[in-house]
Order: sequence, then C-alpha cells, then structure tokens
Amino acid sequence: MHRRQRSGKPASETLPLVTVADIAGRRVLAAVDPAAALLGLAPGMSLADARARLPDLWLVDADPAGDAKALAAFSDWCGRFTPWTSVDGADGVWLDITGCVPLVESEAALALDLVARAAQLGFTARAAVADTPGAAWAVARYAELPATSVRILGGSETRMALAPLPVAGLRLPAEIVQDLKRLGLKQIGDLYGMARAPLAPRFGEAVARRLDQALGLLEEPISPRQPIVPRLVRRILAEPISTPEAIEIGLEQLMALLCRQLEEEGLGARQLEFACFRVDGRVERIAIGTSRPSHAPAHLGRLLAEKICQIAPGFGIELLQLRALAVEPLAAQQLGLDAKETDGTVAPLVDRLANRLGARNVLRLVPENSHLPERAARAVSVLDGRHDAKRPQDWPVARPRPIRLLAYPDPIEVMAPVPDDPPLMFRWRRVPHRVRRAEGPERIALEWWREPEAGTDGIRDYYRVEDEAGRRFWLYRRGLYRPETPPAWFLHGFFA
Amino acid sequence: MATLVQLGAGKKDVALAALRATLRRLEGPGRAVAGVAPTGFAAIDRVLPDGGLARGALHEIMGEGADRAAAIGFVIRLLLGLAARGPVLWCLADPDLYGPGLARLGLAPDRLILARTRKDTDLLWAMEEGLKTPGLAAVLGEPYKLDLTASRRLQLAAESAGGLGLVLRQPDGGKATAAVTRWRVASAPSAAPVPGVETPRDFGLMRGRWRVSLERCRGATPTGDGYGSWLVEEHDATRAVAVAAELGDRSGASAPAIRQAG
Repeated sequence: MHRRQRSGKPASETLPLVTVADIAGRRVLAAVDPAAALLGLAPGMSLADARARLPDLWLVDADPAGDAKALAAFSDWCGRFTPWTSVDGADGVWLDITGCVPLVESEAALALDLVARAAQLGFTARAAVADTPGAAWAVARYAELPATSVRILGGSETRMALAPLPVAGLRLPAEIVQDLKRLGLKQIGDLYGMARAPLAPRFGEAVARRLDQALGLLEEPISPRQPIVPRLVRRILAEPISTPEAIEIGLEQLMALLCRQLEEEGLGARQLEFACFRVDGRVERIAIGTSRPSHAPAHLGRLLAEKICQIAPGFGIELLQLRALAVEPLAAQQLGLDAKETDGTVAPLVDRLANRLGARNVLRLVPENSHLPERAARAVSVLDGRHDAKRPQDWPVARPRPIRLLAYPDPIEVMAPVPDDPPLMFRWRRVPHRVRRAEGPERIALEWWREPEAGTDGIRDYYRVEDEAGRRFWLYRRGLYRPETPPAWFLHGFFA
Repeated sequence: MATLVQLGAGKKDVALAALRATLRRLEGPGRAVAGVAPTGFAAIDRVLPDGGLARGALHEIMGEGADRAAAIGFVIRLLLGLAARGPVLWCLADPDLYGPGLARLGLAPDRLILARTRKDTDLLWAMEEGLKTPGLAAVLGEPYKLDLTASRRLQLAAESAGGLGLVLRQPDGGKATAAVTRWRVASAPSAAPVPGVETPRDFGLMRGRWRVSLERCRGATPTGDGYGSWLVEEHDATRAVAVAAELGDRSGASAPAIRQAG
C-alpha cells in the first residue's frame, strides 16, 4: 500500500509543482509535490491561499481520469510482487503479500524494493506492511514517515503504532471524522478506551467496525475467500532481455518448473498467462487456452512461443512470470471428440489451431433440439465443453437434408404453377435454373413460441429440386399460398 | 454395405495392380507408401496406381463453376470409409456445412473439426499443421488459390506423417500444383425413371449422379484425354449410409455403361 503523488517533472522545471482542480467553483490544490509540501502547501488548500504563500508555482490541471489509468497500470505493475493487487481509491494500491515473502528475503525487503522501483518510475510511494489491511492503510497514509520509506508492523506493534494517528486513518467518511473531532476524539488511540455500545448509535457502526478491523479483532475480507494456490513461477533476470530468443529460453525454464508443479498435484493447465515485466514498468502479457488440461511443457511452451512475437520488449524485460489461471484435474478431462483417438496428437493440434486462429474459429458441429433447419445444428468452439453431452445419435437423419445450408436463406425469383406445385424455374444470383425434377413439399412449421414474421403464417414449404445440370437445391416458399400476394421463395441449401 | 462387382477384374488385372504397386514403391520419389484410402468405387480404384487414394499425399478436387456442393458430396463419400480412422480436419472460410445433411449421408458430424480461416495463409498453415499430425483421417482445405509452392509444402507435410490431404478448389486455368492426383467433379442429371421398373418418389427426384474425371494422376498411364471419367450414381439416398455405384467407365473406352447394383 502506498501513497502516490503525481510527478514527472521535466529537469528544467524547478518550481514547486501542484495540480489544481475545480471543486464547487473554487480552484483547489489536488496534489502537491514534496518541494511544495515542504513550503507548507497541502492538498485541499485553495489556489488563492497557495499563491499568497508562494507566488511562483508550477500549476498543472488535475487529471483524475489519467491518474486512475496510471494507478491501474501501476497496480498491474505491482503484480511482480504478488498475484493479488488491487487499486484502492484514487491514490493507493493494495498488495496481499500473504505467502509471498518466501520469494524474497523479508517483508521489509519486499516493501523497500517496491518503493525504490516505484521511485524509478517517478512515483513517490510510501508503503506499510501490517497484519491487517486497516492498519497498513492508516500507517501508509498518516504515520510520520518520510517519503519513499516503509514501515513494517508486526503483531503487538499495531495497537501502539495506530494510537497517535488521526482518526481519519480509520477509513471513515469525512462527516464522521468531523463529528469525532468535535468531540475531542482526534487520535485513533482516543477510541481505544471507549465503550463500543455508545459509539454505534452516535456515529453508526462504521467507527467500531473500522477500528476492530484495523486492530485485527474483526476479520476483513479483502481477497477472495478461497485461498490462492499460487500456481505461479517467476524468474528475476540479472540482465534485462529483449530478444524473442531470450524470452523463449526464459519461458521454457519457467514452463518446466510450472509443469513439474502441476504434475505433482495431478493437475493440467487450461489457461496460462505469461507476463513480462519491463524495466519501464509496463507489463506485457500473453495468454493461451487449451482444449484439455495439460502439463506437457513442450506442448504448452509451443502454444505460448507462437505469441512471443506479440510481446514488445521496450527497453528490456527484467522479470518473467508464468501463471496457470485455470487448472483442472487430469482425470476429469473430456472432449467431445472421441477420446481414444484424440488422446495423443489431435488435442495439441486443436490447441495450436485455436491459438493461432482464435478459439471461436476452431469449431465442431453439434445438434440442437429444433426442427427449424437453421437451428437444428450449430457450430461451436471445440474448446467449449458445454456441448459434450450431445451424442452422435442426436442427429436427425429421417429426412433428406442439404450438406450446405445458407445461414440466411437467399431470396429467389420463381416461376411456379399455383397453388402447391414446386417451381418450374428459378433465378438465383441472376443465374436461371430450369427445374427438371422436384420433390416435396415438406412442410416445416416455425416454432410456435416465436412470433411469426408478417406474412409467413408460421410455415415453410420445402422442395428438393434438381436443375438441368443435375445440381440439387433446397428451396422453400414462405407461408401459405395466397392469390392476392405473390409468394416469397428462398434458396436455403445445396444437396450433393 | 452393398457388394460391388468388379467387372473384368480377372487374375491378370489383380497381378497387374500388384506389380504396379511394387513399381510405385520402388521408384516412388522419396514417398513412402503410407497406406491407401480406397475411394469406394471399384472402377476408379482400379485406375489408381495404389488401388485407391494414396495416403501421405495431396489430392486436388476441382468443383465446377459455383457448384461446390457436388465436389463436397464426392469428398464426403470418400470420407465415409475414412472417418473410422480418426477425426477429419476441414479448413474453410465459411463453415456452412450442415450437420443433419452430413449425418444423413452417414458421416457423423462429430468427426469433423472445422477450422474457420479468413486468409489463405492461415488456411494453408492449418492444413499443414493437420497433415503433420498423425491420428487424423484426412485434412481438407478449401483455399481460394493454391500455387505450386504452397501445394508442395502441403505435399511434403503429408509425406512426413502419412496424412491424407484433400484440396477442394475452383478451377483456375489448371495451374500446376504438386498434388498427386487431380479430380474434377460435377453434378450430372439423374436418370429418367424406367417405366414399370422404377417409380419416382413423390414428384420424382431420382438418385443423384456425378461426373467424376481423373485429370492428373502421378504414376498412372493416361488413356485418351485423361486417366478416366466416370458417371457415378448414388446407391440409395434413403438409407443413412449411401453407397455409390459406378454407372459407366469411359477409361477403358469400350466398357459398357452398365449399372453395377449391389
């Protein structure tokens, strides 16, 4: 957790920097840089007051949207320390480093590294590590702490460290903070001795809750309830790398590590993410999905390697991280395609196709429970496991059906004797076809629970026709024949 | 399954076919005989040097004009005998194949993996990947264009793993490709019903027919204008498994146009 202030001052500019926002018609300081803060300026001060104290200021308009974007990117960048990061308000980032410390030497080392790296990126950050999110929040924001330094609280220190901090450190709404101040309750420590019962009716339950949360008396869920099993491997590089070959070598090593871990657990990856943390703080990510759980390093590595060209290395990559986003037990694998043939080689092929063409472009046909021709079959992604229950015998074979079906029936011009005869001639895409033989009609009722289009009567009469060249088409007339309106004919499919 | 009577397939023919196959194996330009996929049409298989479509090779099938359906219909009948070997990869830009129609012809749609590609480069890549993968019954592709280089790549990929490659395409001036065979498939008008013997169903759609010509065939001797041309008729469209029978065989010039029933 840290506090962030806008920086990015050009070297030539030496004036104290403040950002200014319009709040209720007043020009107010939104943020101040360390130089301005030393001279007594603080956020919330009106611009006129600030000018009175310091006539020479470098003013920048506050850009909350830009700040939010930068903060989100920064939060993303913090993923190098822990997989669980999240933006907190307008100027903070949560990092849940539970279980991450073995990766570094100590909590302090991690926090110092974070602050130092943030400084390189131009962020003035303050970090605090504590047992509860509430305590870390208060300390990072309100403790006497020089910029770019860190504070580590452990166990019994929390209560003492929080006591001298202002009550605003309890993450309370501004009105409640004002009320507390009016009653002389200025520091968090002032609340320690108070009975909880009278606090609640006066200030709402928030004060007691926040206090208990900060002290660890009340659990505060900040991460998903399920424990995060880190199926994640990373490698900090001694020298930044930028060539695809170097990235691929790094990926291979990580893949071997991750796959060993998955193998021990009897799991296979369904989704993998490979993240490259660049020296300039940006994070490049590529991800893949697989048709069935796998822990074969060669197969998974190949899928990712094909996307390495999408990684822009910038000035270099200093940290590589490979993470299994979705894993499944290997035993429970199932694929609609016959398992016995697809075991060895076909599943990797499907993954490679999906990887390059996109999962939605590698399809299989599944039957649907509809007698409307265009809804009786659907092409779904091979990776979509929801249709595995469909069996081959679900395919209707009772009636002749074309092998190609137009998704949208093509209107055709038709010469047909009335009322119920097949057409004698039709014109499709400006080419006339003389009908030599025909078969039909097969009447297909549209699904009654759908509103029929005007003039369709909810039915179609289908004919199989053969033209003089022997080509066979599936045509239909929409609706019942009515003498007063010319019938509408469509070409819907092709037989072979 | 209907039994097909091989007309004139005496001992001599059998011996000749065996000899031809041996020759192919001996002189084949780096092409191991990876197996043969019979077309299901005895008269056609007889003309092919390996007695069927060679696996580990690329075969070209040309449609006729805008008539893709006839070529696809022919290909599907080729696949009927193959699909037991494994899934079929079908690479195309617009997957408008209709499951119920395929199922009716006896090809379980579940056997197909469709790869929808926007560009020919992707399509050819997908075909190549498929051909290198053992375990697929066949790899089909419908590229807009196929040049010599691309077809050679596919042929090499097929040779490397014994895959069966089928390229379905529109005729474009007969540009040379590295495919081992080239077929031309077109619809043909169905026969008129013989009075008193056959009665057309409903209004009278008879059995479907195709004109199938073998225009190029590596390792076979051309006769006349090509390697053979056949009129092929669907055996029984009302059955889930359609069996095709040859009607006439022009390859032997003198062969009478007799329907072989089964």
